[in-house]
Amino acid sequence: MLQNVLQFLNDHYLILATIKILIVFAVLLGIVAYLVLMERKVLAFMQARLGPMRVGPWGLLQPIADGLKLLLKEDIVPAGADKFIFLLAPVISIIAAFTVFAVIPFGPPDKGFVISDINIGLLFILAVSSLGIYGIILGGWSSNSHYPLLGALRSSAQLVSYEVAAGLAVIGVLLCANSLSMVEIVKNQQAAGIWNVFRQPVAFIIYLIAAVAETNRNPFDLPEAESELTAGFHTEYSGFRFALYFMAEYTAMVLVSAIAVTLFWGGWLRPFASVHWLNFLDYTPVVVFLGAGVVVILGSIKNPVPGEKLFLFAVAGLCFFLAVVVAIPPVNAWIQGVFWFVAKVMVFLYAFIWYRGTFPRYRYDQLMNVGWRVMIPVGLANIIVTAVVIYWWSKPHAAAAATLLFR
Amino acid sequence: MPEATYLDANELVINMGPQHPATHGVLRVKLRLDGERVLGTECIIGYLHRGVEKIAENRTYVQFAPYVDRMDYVAAVTNGMGYCEAVEKLMGVELPPRAQYTRMILAELQRIASHLLWLGTHALDIGAMTPVFYTFREREEILKIFENYCGARLTTHAFRIGGLQYDLYDGFEKDATKFCDYLLPKIDEYEELLSTNRIWMNRTKKVGVLSGKDAIALGVTGPVLRGSGVKWDIRKVQPYEAYDKVEFEIPTGQNGDTYDRYIVRIQEMRQSVRIIRQSVERLAPGPIFGKVGKVIKPPAAEVYHSIEAPKGELGYFVVSDGSTHPYRVRVRPPSFVNLEALDIMSRGHLVADIVAIIGTLDIVLGEVDR
Repeated sequence: MLQNVLQFLNDHYLILATIKILIVFAVLLGIVAYLVLMERKVLAFMQARLGPMRVGPWGLLQPIADGLKLLLKEDIVPAGADKFIFLLAPVISIIAAFTVFAVIPFGPPDKGFVISDINIGLLFILAVSSLGIYGIILGGWSSNSHYPLLGALRSSAQLVSYEVAAGLAVIGVLLCANSLSMVEIVKNQQAAGIWNVFRQPVAFIIYLIAAVAETNRNPFDLPEAESELTAGFHTEYSGFRFALYFMAEYTAMVLVSAIAVTLFWGGWLRPFASVHWLNFLDYTPVVVFLGAGVVVILGSIKNPVPGEKLFLFAVAGLCFFLAVVVAIPPVNAWIQGVFWFVAKVMVFLYAFIWYRGTFPRYRYDQLMNVGWRVMIPVGLANIIVTAVVIYWWSKPHAAAAATLLFR
Repeated sequence: MPEATYLDANELVINMGPQHPATHGVLRVKLRLDGERVLGTECIIGYLHRGVEKIAENRTYVQFAPYVDRMDYVAAVTNGMGYCEAVEKLMGVELPPRAQYTRMILAELQRIASHLLWLGTHALDIGAMTPVFYTFREREEILKIFENYCGARLTTHAFRIGGLQYDLYDGFEKDATKFCDYLLPKIDEYEELLSTNRIWMNRTKKVGVLSGKDAIALGVTGPVLRGSGVKWDIRKVQPYEAYDKVEFEIPTGQNGDTYDRYIVRIQEMRQSVRIIRQSVERLAPGPIFGKVGKVIKPPAAEVYHSIEAPKGELGYFVVSDGSTHPYRVRVRPPSFVNLEALDIMSRGHLVADIVAIIGTLDIVLGEVDR
């Protein structure tokens, strides 16, 4: 029976892809919703406060309450706005942010963890993600208001210049991997036995900074600099359209983290994947779920509200159940890739939140200076150096040296 | 409004405020922009005008005292202190040392509280969102001391004309010293977060430069003046209470930019801690009231008395006609005068700098509008 279903899905690629898209979309929505909660919680702990505590235990149901609130709010279109574009803009933003996930490999492709592995994956990412800018520019412009206009102008300049830097950083990886396919890039890192972050440290740093800038996150959150432009390009948006922008921003965060992980941090590969005596690391997922369960249990014991206590017990039970499930060898093998991928993405997302808690905001002209005078020249230099080194190493006498270094 | 320096007719006039997250209350700034560059600013004030000076004419000297707390509501203690001293000067009352030192301790605590609030909001304006929570945590400790002393946290009405309403509570000395020990490492922590932070330096250095000459010409006082390198502190040049008996330094800046003013205020907090420590040591038991009658009835005269409030020179000009009601009270609020410098400081900068400059001026609208 199962065999037949799998065979059917293999024969009808479109149906399989649709199912995958739906799964990815749903999971992403959940991640984005809880990312907001995570951000509020992490920031709160950095700032000597508690964060959301009211909706559900530890505020665990806060994202649902937020979503409901935004859904029920009135969708205001300001007088004098270009109505069609005003309504369209947030949709463009969020479509661009979600579409890119089509080519991100969440795990090994032979286990079906990628929606479509196209051979120009990286170009596709650059092309589609830059469409997201239109959402911001059009949204700011069509609002027919000063602050959004300034915010939109800022962000268009910022995103365009940092996209260049990000593109240059990515070229270094391309030269190493010899392919534009995201899957091939990860496989190349597997074959080399070393992640690209160690082969291309400069490119990684440039990409990281550009990624923060592209997602409009602190310290580059000028387009929506609250203290200057009230809310920047989305000042006039309310209700669910505002939520779309909000989701687009957080989806973009997940997206750039996923790209950074794929390009530089070995994608779905386990750390030290080629070191066999570290194979016990395969059981990290079990430990993580067990740990989460224990933490939740401890929390539920301390929780005075009976209903919440029960809820937390249920969550803990789920955690323990998952721990047992992922301990089953075939499941464990299957979950490996996606677990490490998500874990690495989480590290990046935490870093994003960390920056927000730590840094002041750059000024517009300083941001441009950093972009054009530092990042782009360094990115260009990195490409040249990488190209020269690769050319030199590809010669026969250098190949031996390369083998020595990388094996 | 100054003339445009560009031959471009497409100026963008933007209203910043009165409802804007970074104008610290209800300040309205009309910005003329060329792109993001500021061609000129115009402050429109008065959204918080309550006619405090006029109210004074219909109240007795004693009744008016709580009103001054509502001017600079983040530094109520120093406001009250300035007013009480002005009336005392009018009547020629000398305070006993215990009252003097108590006033100094509370005033310096209030200075720290005001600077902490400034630091948090200033950093928040520039985009660092964490310091504000830390500074509010420390400020809370100060407010607790105020609450223990007089029952109020914000508009304290801590002093009375001629002395203090209450003597210090038991354990006040311990609380004050404990707070000093607690605060100093925290100030280091703020400095760690900001002082050497590259972005912070980029955002504050060479921003809102005010030369010492301009500062004096505009009548700017307080940390804004000292940041421009002018060593002027009322506590030193016209000592009141017992400020001539304690040791402290006047921190000054060199460049008169936002960063210097930031450093000056940080240093001032440390100096305030020094003053508090010395004053606590000299607190001796004794009377807390000078020789004042039951009815405050100063002789017909006029007096100008100014003190160094956290934001600058806070002056009270009190005219008495010999009755129990002041004939006229005029307040010289530091925020109002300092706000004058906004236009000179912000011309040619970007919109983002306006926010930093308004923050660095440390204005309180309650005081600007009165």
